[in-house]
Amino acid sequence: MGLSRADVKKVASLARLSITDEEAELLTEQLGQVLTYIEQLGEVDTEGVEPMAHAIEQVNVLADDVAEQSFPREQMLQNAPARDEECYRVPPVLGD
Amino acid sequence: MSITQKSAVQLFEMMEQGKTTSREITSAFLNVIEKNEPQIGSFVRWDAKTALATAESIDADRAAGKKVGALAGLPVAIKDILCTSEGITSCGSKMLAEYRSPYDATTVARLKEAGAVIVGKTNMDEFAMGCSTENSAFHPTRNPWDHGRIPGGSSGGAAACVAGSMVPLSLGSDTGGSIRQPASHCGVVGLKPTYGRVSRFGLIAFGSSLDCIGPLARTAEDAALLLSVISGRDRRDATSLDREVPDYLSECRKDLGELRLGVVSDHFGEGIDPEVKYHVEQAIDIFREMGASVHPVTLPHSRYAIAAYYIIASSEASSNLARYDGAHYGFRAQTGSEDTRDGSLERMYQKTRQEGFGAEVKRRIMLGTYALSAGYYEAYYLKALRVRRLIAEDFREAFKTVDLLIGPVTPTPPFKLGEKVEDPLAMYLGDSYTVGANLAGLPAIALPCGITDMGLPVGVHLQGPALSESQLLQAGNAFQSHTDWHHRTP
Repeated sequence: MGLSRADVKKVASLARLSITDEEAELLTEQLGQVLTYIEQLGEVDTEGVEPMAHAIEQVNVLADDVAEQSFPREQMLQNAPARDEECYRVPPVLGD
Repeated sequence: MSITQKSAVQLFEMMEQGKTTSREITSAFLNVIEKNEPQIGSFVRWDAKTALATAESIDADRAAGKKVGALAGLPVAIKDILCTSEGITSCGSKMLAEYRSPYDATTVARLKEAGAVIVGKTNMDEFAMGCSTENSAFHPTRNPWDHGRIPGGSSGGAAACVAGSMVPLSLGSDTGGSIRQPASHCGVVGLKPTYGRVSRFGLIAFGSSLDCIGPLARTAEDAALLLSVISGRDRRDATSLDREVPDYLSECRKDLGELRLGVVSDHFGEGIDPEVKYHVEQAIDIFREMGASVHPVTLPHSRYAIAAYYIIASSEASSNLARYDGAHYGFRAQTGSEDTRDGSLERMYQKTRQEGFGAEVKRRIMLGTYALSAGYYEAYYLKALRVRRLIAEDFREAFKTVDLLIGPVTPTPPFKLGEKVEDPLAMYLGDSYTVGANLAGLPAIALPCGITDMGLPVGVHLQGPALSESQLLQAGNAFQSHTDWHHRTP
């Protein structure tokens, strides 16, 4: 299963990373090597084995649906790269 | 023995007995930091003024006869992956270089409640991705034993500052070995607890099913002291275990009893450095002298652990790091004029992430995105999760016949700065012995057990079943009563 430059560009787009052509070149090689190494997982017989997503099997840990004091708006806006009095400001969703 | 050579437990006792003050202790450690930090670079930032103020307030409390916490007056350093409400939390990344957390991580809050004197935040591989701390966006950290070599990673700074006698205690995080490997490379103790033993609230997430916070110190006793303070259920971390927290310090002082140790013969095969092999075998002999029995065990799927780990960790990371988009906090790239009405949201995301993340982070995000994408999810991610279950079962099977596993922490001593930066896969293979514990959610400890001919530390690795921290610490304490590797300093 070879990794092509086109694959790398597509994945970069999914990951919202605008990589340069040089980076695409290097990543194709490096990720290709890693993926080749990872292919050995195919040797393992996992018939009937459930995926293990969690280190400890805990069922839903619920909390009471009670409103509590949260952080004030001003504190939450402290780290905003751009803001107005109430909101975070970002470029238009449908800009160019 | 000067103050900075003493253990945290000893220093605490001295303060309780009025033989010294936190101010005196903190000043002594701060002097070492002043003197040696320019060569080592353990810290991303430290604050002498605040540390001394905290020290003095603890001294005042003691003098007034007030009850003080379990760490009262002891200097502690914190890996910069844990949110602190004072100062910046940068996680080794340009993405968070100016980020000021609105809250303390639970472990940080517990340190404060216990009266710890927080000295500073330690350097790390960016977003905890790395084994050498070379991936820090700020500067590399140097191994105090040899300034031309890596301290290990990703908790390189947290290990180096303890090894360099800058603090007696530090907190690190371990996702694939990031506490234990630097502990081994720096000749100090590092413990990864059972997954869920310590709350992850306020820990900047890398691989949420793998991440663990744990102590680094010179001695098992000191690690035990710190572990009790940070452990326990936290309603703000749904994965934190609702189980009683033992007094790990008294537990670790208990008699070892008849310990059954398991050795995985695969782990001593190809690829292991002969001096590492020698010192670990010596350590196993010490345990024999202490009355332990040693049995061969197999972990049949351990050779697949690295492959499973890198898929799972990268997949979880690609999801966790999606939040760094320049919208609400952290770095935002310039995409046009100052007026945010220009440009597009999409371009802001792409440019921010392109400029804000380093190479290794991008590599792993790409790997994870690929493994989770349509058409590959089953073959990569789900496959890795099935292999993960087999790996966890191997451990369960092994622990039916032995109490703890013993073996090397790393295949080689610490390598030179720059030696592996061009070869990510070679770097990944260094985690071969440590990732199993993260995949299975099990606790493990690294103990200093030797020094190579070139003066580089070697560590021994003990792993146990879930919630066996007491036994791991007992074994560590017993080992340290029979050896003096933990007293050696660079």
